[in-house]
This record gives sequence, structure tokens and C-alpha cells, in this order.
Amino acid sequence: MDWSAILSNTAQGLLSPATMAFALAALGLAMHFGFAGLLNFGIAGFMAIGAYGYAISILTFGFEWWQGILVSLVASVLFSLLLGIPTLRLRGDYLAIVTIAAAEILRLLFLTNAFVDVTGSADGLSGYHNSFRAANPFPEGDYGFGPWTYNNIEVWVLILGLITLAICAFLLLLLMKSPWGRVIKGIREDEDAVRALGKNVFAYKMQALIIGGVFGSLGGIVYALPSAVNPGVYVTSLTFFVWTALLLGGAATVFGPVLGAVIFWVLQAFLSNVLPQLVSSGILPFISSIQASTIRFILVGVGLMLLVIYRPQGILGDKKELTFVK
Amino acid sequence: MSSSSAKLPGKPAAKTIGLHVGTIRPGVPKVDPIITMDNVSRKFGGLVAVDVEHLEIPRGAITALIGPNGAGKTTLFNLLTGFDKPDTGTWNFAGKSLAGIPAFKVAQMGQVRTFQLTKALSLLTVLQNMKLGAKDQRGEKLMFSIFPFLWKAKEQEIEEKALELLKRFKLDTKKDDFAASLSGGQRKLLEMARALMTDPVLVMLDEPMAGVNPALTQSLLEHVLNLKKEGMTVLFVEHDMHMVRHIADWVVVMAEGRVVAEGPADEVMKNPAVIDAYLGSHQDTDLGTVTGRITLPPKGKK
Ligand SMILES: Nc1ncnc2c1ncn2[C@@H]1O[C@H](COP(=O)(O)OP(=O)(O)OP(=O)(O)O)[C@@H](O)[C@H]1O
Ligand SMILES: [Mg+2]
Repeated sequence: MDWSAILSNTAQGLLSPATMAFALAALGLAMHFGFAGLLNFGIAGFMAIGAYGYAISILTFGFEWWQGILVSLVASVLFSLLLGIPTLRLRGDYLAIVTIAAAEILRLLFLTNAFVDVTGSADGLSGYHNSFRAANPFPEGDYGFGPWTYNNIEVWVLILGLITLAICAFLLLLLMKSPWGRVIKGIREDEDAVRALGKNVFAYKMQALIIGGVFGSLGGIVYALPSAVNPGVYVTSLTFFVWTALLLGGAATVFGPVLGAVIFWVLQAFLSNVLPQLVSSGILPFISSIQASTIRFILVGVGLMLLVIYRPQGILGDKKELTFVK
Repeated sequence: MSSSSAKLPGKPAAKTIGLHVGTIRPGVPKVDPIITMDNVSRKFGGLVAVDVEHLEIPRGAITALIGPNGAGKTTLFNLLTGFDKPDTGTWNFAGKSLAGIPAFKVAQMGQVRTFQLTKALSLLTVLQNMKLGAKDQRGEKLMFSIFPFLWKAKEQEIEEKALELLKRFKLDTKKDDFAASLSGGQRKLLEMARALMTDPVLVMLDEPMAGVNPALTQSLLEHVLNLKKEGMTVLFVEHDMHMVRHIADWVVVMAEGRVVAEGPADEVMKNPAVIDAYLGSHQDTDLGTVTGRITLPPKGKK
């Protein structure tokens, strides 16, 4: 077993564009579910909008990278409105069904051959990096140390990702500590009670949906920044991975989703390195090393189940909340 | 066991009189109505839950809405507050038509209600529950919320007001507990206190006394009487006729969706239509005995 390689790869999981993308998307879900009680099972759709919106604006419309980001954000707001207007008046579980369906529709639209010139169909999109890399303030060379050594392009992606994540987390913190956040949490508990106190519940829920959606699409952009947009990524299992990260850290917290995303990716990196090696060194019998690396997804599922049953409030969640079964 | 009602002071609170115009009958006009309804009806499938031809609620008084289970009292509350839409009818509050006005706007106009099944916001603290009721907090707007200096001062004001109300309702020691940890009766109190945070014009309480212990019932009645003193109008649903008798200036009786009688408490309770609606066959029993929390006297003693 090559422990140094395993550990070094695991350490990289701590700080990667994927980790930050998950953290952003999980923050969006925290806004939706943890604070506002909106069951969004279509976070992968919001991430797809971010990634495709960014890549398509650059490739098809020749926009600058930052214009691409703006286009993505506007698109995610429109998507939230489209989802929310018909469903936010209905009971919570309807939103879950609609969001999961909407994310699938979106994915299939990006995947279909009909729009291959724009979306790249099954090949996805790539080669949209010129404008972004031209704006890179870091001169060529290596940065960092040990497992965290990056070239100037990777550093640029990471720095932008970190800044975005920090801004979003800070914003969410401010929002949830404000009277606005109080109304949002009240809606999560009982929207009729909040309505009876004169608050426009629909408008609040829509605002929460939009904010969380923007976070999700920012996550999608960060995911797409380093290399390419691949339609195989934005599937329903992505949604459930982000949910795992959220529940792991604590749904009704701001730092929980970030912590959850980090743990998720560190574990993923660790398992995807260690499991095949366990097979090749004969410790894990009966399976091939390819099978071994998919076992980690089974473990994610089992982990999610255990989490929801035994620690539903997550690592950073308030223990007191557990005392009260809803 | 001694009854709660026995603890009420012998004399009912001073009543506001002269509320109506003309002879007392269902739908009698009021001198100064705050709510006026015409032909308000609501059907659930084949069941007519509410069918009110005409009803006026007097301003500045305490009106009790009574009637047997399933009479349509809660449904009428829902219609009046925008939580449900009637099939027909018009109604207005303080001169403004309320048809098609959403519930949150009705509340903003000063008509605030509580629910028969208490709605405490479980995972908010008692104090947060209270603050949520406050009006005119700019910080509740998304754009202002991220700049604390724009709403901190108001928040301080709101907190003081909330603490004062909590003290009145004997909940001040619970202020930092989750509302979920309160008892059923305490939740009723919290819900009522929270409604008062909105500075309402009309307070609509759906069975505020249900599940509240006798000692607390007494102070709750005082609270309700205080609301009137402070110039608010109160409309409440209650099954215990002793309490109704004690504080209500005016009583509206519903049965099977209709207003079958109204008038001052003592007169209404003698009304044959009311006795019929409540008692059916037990017409020789006193209404207070059947509806109040009082042990029935042994047969023959009466
Ligand atoms: N959402 C609903 N769907 C169907 N029927 C309903 C609904 N709400 C109320 N009803 C019916 O309407 C009638 C009136 O109900 P309502 O809740 O207004 O009674 P109430 O006077 O408040 O009774 P209680 O004193 O028991 O609270 C009842 O027969 C009830 O079954
Ligand atoms: Mg009722």
C-alpha cells in the first residue's frame, strides 16, 4: 500500500474546486431547506445552469468570463421564478417533486442532440478558458507546498472559488442573523402562523429560493472553471451528494454545509484511493479494483442513512433541536 | 374538584352596552360596526359550513362567538381573515372590503387572529416568536437586512416591548427556550402575546382558554378585558358559557353555519333557539352547567 500517495491525494480533497463547488451548492440548500424549509431536490439543475450558462455565454455569444458569470446568475434567478411561481403556494412536498423533475428536464435539454451546436450534447463543453485565464493576476509558476502545490491557473481558480465561498457564507450569516432571517425561519416552522402576523410568506419563500439558487449556480460555475462542462455530472445523484454534505455538516447552520462539503470530498478522495489499493494488496477479497472504487458511493448512501437516523441535525447543528421531534 | 368557573369573581366585568340599533335579532345592525358581513357562505362538498346572511361585529367591545362543535365558527374566522375563500358574499373590515385580500394583508390592516390548534413556531425561541409579530421592522426587508445598523435600534425597541408583554403573560422566564418546550397552555398564551405584538385593531381569538388551567384562565380573562380598555376590539370563540357570561359584551350564536341568535350574554342564554342548538333534549339543564367546566350537580338537587 502506498500510503504517501493515498494521504497526499486525500489532502488535496481538502481544497479543490469540486469541494468549493459543493460547499456553495450546499450553502444554497441550507438557505432552501435548513432555513426556509423548502425541499429542493433539484440543486443539480441550479448547478447545471451555472456551468452551462457560463460556458455557453462565452462560447456561443463571445462574452467575457465575468459576463458569463452574470448571465448564469440571471439565468438561475429566472429558473427560481419559473419553479417558484407555480409551486411555492402549494404544500412543501410538491416543491420537492417539481424541483427534481425540473432538474432532470434541464439536464435532458442540455444533453439532447437538438441543441448540439450550443450545448455540445453528450460531449459537453470545453475550451472556454481564454478570457478567464487572460485575467489571471498570478504569473506563471508553482504556488503552495506539499500536496497543495498548484500552478498559476489552478491558484486563480482556487482563489476565486474561495472568495466566492467566503462572500456567500458571510452573506448567509448576515441574512440569517437579521429580522429577515427570523421571518424565514418562522416560515419553516409554520407558514400560516407567519402569514397571520402580516408577512408576505410567498415573497419571502421566493427570495429564499432565488438566493439559494444563486449560490447553487455559483457552485456550478466554480465546478466548471478549471476544465470542462460534462453533462454526466449534473445528474440526480449530484443532488443527493450535495444533500449528504449539507446534512453531514448541519442543515440549519452556515458553516455546516462548508464543513460537510470538505468532509465529503476528503472522504471521497480517501476512499477512491484506498479501496482499490486494498484490493490490489489482497486485503479486500472477491472484488475487482474498479468495483472497489464504486463501493464508496454505496458507503455514501449508507452514511447518509445513518446520519439522518442518528444525527439529523448534523455535526454543527444545535443539539437542543433534536429534543423536539416535529 | 372545584370548578374553574367558581373562582371567577361573583360579578361579571362591567359590560359595554348600547351596541345595537333596533330590536335584538340575528343580524341586528350595530351603532359602530367594525366588521360587516353579507351573504357569506362556504360549502365543503355538500356540507354548508357557513351561511351568514348578515352580521355586524361592534367596535371597541368584546364579542363572543359561540355554538356547538362544527357550527362553523373556525370556518368563519378563516373566511374573515383571508385564510379561506367564501363561495359567496361580501364583508368589510373598518369600511374596507376584504374580498380577495390575502391573509397577510388582512393582518397588516390590524385584524389579527390566533388559531384553535395553536401555532407556536417550535424551533424559534419564545422571544423570537414574539419579535416576529412586530410591525415596521425594516430589517425584515431583504435589502435592509444585511445592514444591521439600519435595523438595530428598532430591534431594541421591539425587544423591550416583547419582554414587557412576556412579563404580562408570565412567560418572561421562558424567553430563551424553544417554543417547542412550552406546555400547551403556555403556547396559547404565547400565541396571544405574539398577536398583540402587531398592535392589532381587532383581535380574533379561537378558543383562547382551551387547555389553560383555571388559575391562568382568570388572568387570561383579565388580559382580554385589558385589550378592550386599551381600545381594541375582541372577537373570540369559546365553549365555556361561564366565561362568555363573564367578559362578553355581546354574544353571537352560530349553529349549523347560521347565526341563530345574538345579544347580550344573559339574554342570549335564555333564547330558546340557543338552548335548542346546544342542548337538544336536555332542555331542563342550565346552559352554563353543560358548557362550563363544572361538575354536573347530582340529579334532583337542582
Ligand atoms: N377543510 C374542511 N374540509 C371539509 N369540511 C370542513 C373543513 N373545515 C371545516 N369543515 C366542516 O365544516 C363544519 C364547521 O367546522 P368548524 O371548524 O368551522 O367548526 P367550529 O364551529 O369551529 O367547531 P369547534 O367548536 O369544534 O371548533 C364542520 O362540520 C366541519 O366538519
Ligand atoms: Mg373551531
